[in-house]
Amino acid sequence: MRQPKIIIVGGGLAGLMATIRAAESGIPVDLFSIVPVKRSHSVCAQGGINAAKNQKGEGDTTDKHFDDTIYGGDFLANQPLVKRMCEAAPSIIDLLDRMGVMFNRTPEGLLDYRRFGGTLYHRTAFAGATTGQQLLYALDEQVRRHEAEGRVKKFEGWNFLAAVIDEGRVCRGICGMDLRSMEVRTFPADAAIFATGGIGAIFGRSTNSVVCTGSAQSALFQQGVDYANGEFIQVHPTAIPGEDKLRLMSESARGEGGRVWVPRNPAEKRGPKDIPESDRFYFLEEWYPKYGNLVPRDIATRAIHRIVYQEKLGLDGQAAVYLDVSHIPRETLHRRLEGILEIYEKFLGVDPREEPMKVFPGMHYTMGGIWVNGEDQTTNVPGIFAAGECEYQYHGANRLGANSLVSCIFGGGLAGASAVKYVKNLEKGAEATAQAVYESERKRQEEKNQKLISQEGSENPVTIWRELGDLMTEHVTVTRINKNLQAAHAKIQTLEDRYKKINLSDRTRWSNQTLNFARELENMLVLSRVITLGALARNESRGAHYKPEFPDRDDANWLKTTRAKWVNCDVQLAYEPVDISLIKPRARRYDAAR
Amino acid sequence: MAETKKVLIKIKRQAGPQEPSRWEEFSLNWRPSMNVIICLRDIAENPVTSSGKKTTPITYDSNCLEEICGSCAMLINDKARMACSALVDHLDQPIRIEPLTKFPLVRDLSVDRQFMFDSLKRVKAWIPIDGSYDLGEGPRVSPQVQAKGYPLSSCITCGNCLEVCPQVNEHNQFVGAAIISQVRLFNIHPTGAMNKRERLEALMGPGGVQECANAQNCVKACPKNIPLTESIAEVNRDAWKQALLGWLLG
Repeated sequence: MRQPKIIIVGGGLAGLMATIRAAESGIPVDLFSIVPVKRSHSVCAQGGINAAKNQKGEGDTTDKHFDDTIYGGDFLANQPLVKRMCEAAPSIIDLLDRMGVMFNRTPEGLLDYRRFGGTLYHRTAFAGATTGQQLLYALDEQVRRHEAEGRVKKFEGWNFLAAVIDEGRVCRGICGMDLRSMEVRTFPADAAIFATGGIGAIFGRSTNSVVCTGSAQSALFQQGVDYANGEFIQVHPTAIPGEDKLRLMSESARGEGGRVWVPRNPAEKRGPKDIPESDRFYFLEEWYPKYGNLVPRDIATRAIHRIVYQEKLGLDGQAAVYLDVSHIPRETLHRRLEGILEIYEKFLGVDPREEPMKVFPGMHYTMGGIWVNGEDQTTNVPGIFAAGECEYQYHGANRLGANSLVSCIFGGGLAGASAVKYVKNLEKGAEATAQAVYESERKRQEEKNQKLISQEGSENPVTIWRELGDLMTEHVTVTRINKNLQAAHAKIQTLEDRYKKINLSDRTRWSNQTLNFARELENMLVLSRVITLGALARNESRGAHYKPEFPDRDDANWLKTTRAKWVNCDVQLAYEPVDISLIKPRARRYDAAR
Repeated sequence: MAETKKVLIKIKRQAGPQEPSRWEEFSLNWRPSMNVIICLRDIAENPVTSSGKKTTPITYDSNCLEEICGSCAMLINDKARMACSALVDHLDQPIRIEPLTKFPLVRDLSVDRQFMFDSLKRVKAWIPIDGSYDLGEGPRVSPQVQAKGYPLSSCITCGNCLEVCPQVNEHNQFVGAAIISQVRLFNIHPTGAMNKRERLEALMGPGGVQECANAQNCVKACPKNIPLTESIAEVNRDAWKQALLGWLLG
């Protein structure tokens, strides 16, 4: 009898959950990851995971979680699957609890919950301020158990290069590169689940980890896997600026009572502790009295930009505002926020328990991603599934804080189950695929490497990458202006031309990170055009996508999903309706009661 | 015009496990808030030594850059630490950077820490749940147990505690403090405690907890301030108790 196999690419929360589901069902899994899976970017998630458990007697329900998520996402998400996710969230918390996650507890030994942005309920379970780390480790441990018992084989230190797609347009495996030996090899499988995370590197500096380049998504896109809502990029309101990365200061700081403010007087000379309350401008609290510091991220980010660039009230004239937790008792800070306060202290040398932190918005998350259907994480290419941040399904035009971890685990579990069902029902699997199909993909990829290694040129890939990042951050994040987007797109095309002339400063065949980076950069350039063109076309403002020239949401023309396709080696945009069958769109306002 | 302030950095290079090692020195333009990762990126953009010789970019491991993924451990001025949180302004120059020495070298500053992940398998560092389907809530856990367990579960598997341990050497297979501390974590969890015995047994053979010679370097090298020596003491006590009990009961 045929023994099907599933490949999973990506070992963060979504990939690990998919692995667990597939392994449990008895289907062997090959798990690929650039880094040891325990070092995946999910480890950086801080504040918590949402589930309407209603453990504070507030009358919270999964329906309210569903409504907050759809409303927070400005009605761009297809609704039925979001509803299923919110309904599943409490049982996801139970599962993580059973896996031994060291969640914070109430005196009775129950899970504690805190508030997060875009909701009025205490709905966020947490483990200090390192919830992502704790969740990732729990799933990592379960996968290690499956590995020890022979159901999972890990390929850590491999990068994904391409899917192997046969002449019938069905995925039959993948092509990867061993990042030590630089060997290019194909791996047959009956289905491949992609859980390859974020795309922060396209913006140069972001809150994302180094491996979050979007390279895998882009490679798939160039093989005909559609990409949806690419223009929706979340800029987190509170990050610590840095030259190598923007270090996140979790929304949980505000969930625990942290306040955002600037001195009312732009020429203020006193230190923050010497400024009396009356001279402080708590602008989020004044502008949004109902939600205060816990407005959704797109709203808070635009408010901070307004304070800095229009009101000219940035700290010392710089692009920064205060995030203040210094009024919260030290013991509370220790129990509930220690992880992030340590980051601030370690990297800035200032104790945030004493002094307000200086923060500014930073690129954080992509709501857009690989197109999947509204039922089971299936892409438009049979045999290819996607889950986690790399797909677009759950967050509409803006993601609510603490919804990413739940969407990773829900989507990952669903993708695992769907792939199992798919491979069991396949009439012919990878074993019936001609060897030539694999060999031609391997050759194509090997030739790319050979060309990069041997070509003489004048361009350095790191320089092109820096320029791309600066360009994207300036024109394709918080405020989008059509003529700037057009110019940005033209500039990316010149970067693509320059890319053809890159010269690798390392031409060896052992652990050559320059070669791998060059390959990823090519894919980043393509995906950056998908994002920019999507933003240029969408003449409205919705969630994280804001155009001063078109300041309002335009449901009549733009309540639709952008679906980018790769046609004749170029980006082509198509649109499809959003499933709004459960909640009728209404105006989104956080300054007043709904 | 004043000369730009420079950062001097010396890096131990090695093209592969079988290749000879050599030192290279680089002179970089100083900027505020530089860390070692930024230095390595500067070199990648312009791989030229301070004597003007063209070279290759440095191979190194890194990912989160906020000291939580555990990737970028290396020896910086002879100290095992994370490169992302090693701020240039706090380091004596020339900054000397070498790979960790207790793990097989891959290339330059990149090493293979698979031994640690294999050790986690050896001690069964997980809660053996029945399945991922919905089986209701987990056990209640007191805030006191959580307060004890949470710091233990913040281990980032960086390997610094093994690097500084004199007992981790070519003559034995000591699993090291990080792994022992994980055994303690799973043994204090209400469900994990059901398999406490299995984990302790896994730590009693060669390379187990008895190899610790109490140098106490581990706890000082841990970037996450995990009470590693406490973990070793507690697990050691439990292991002896179990061995004695086994002997008494025949």
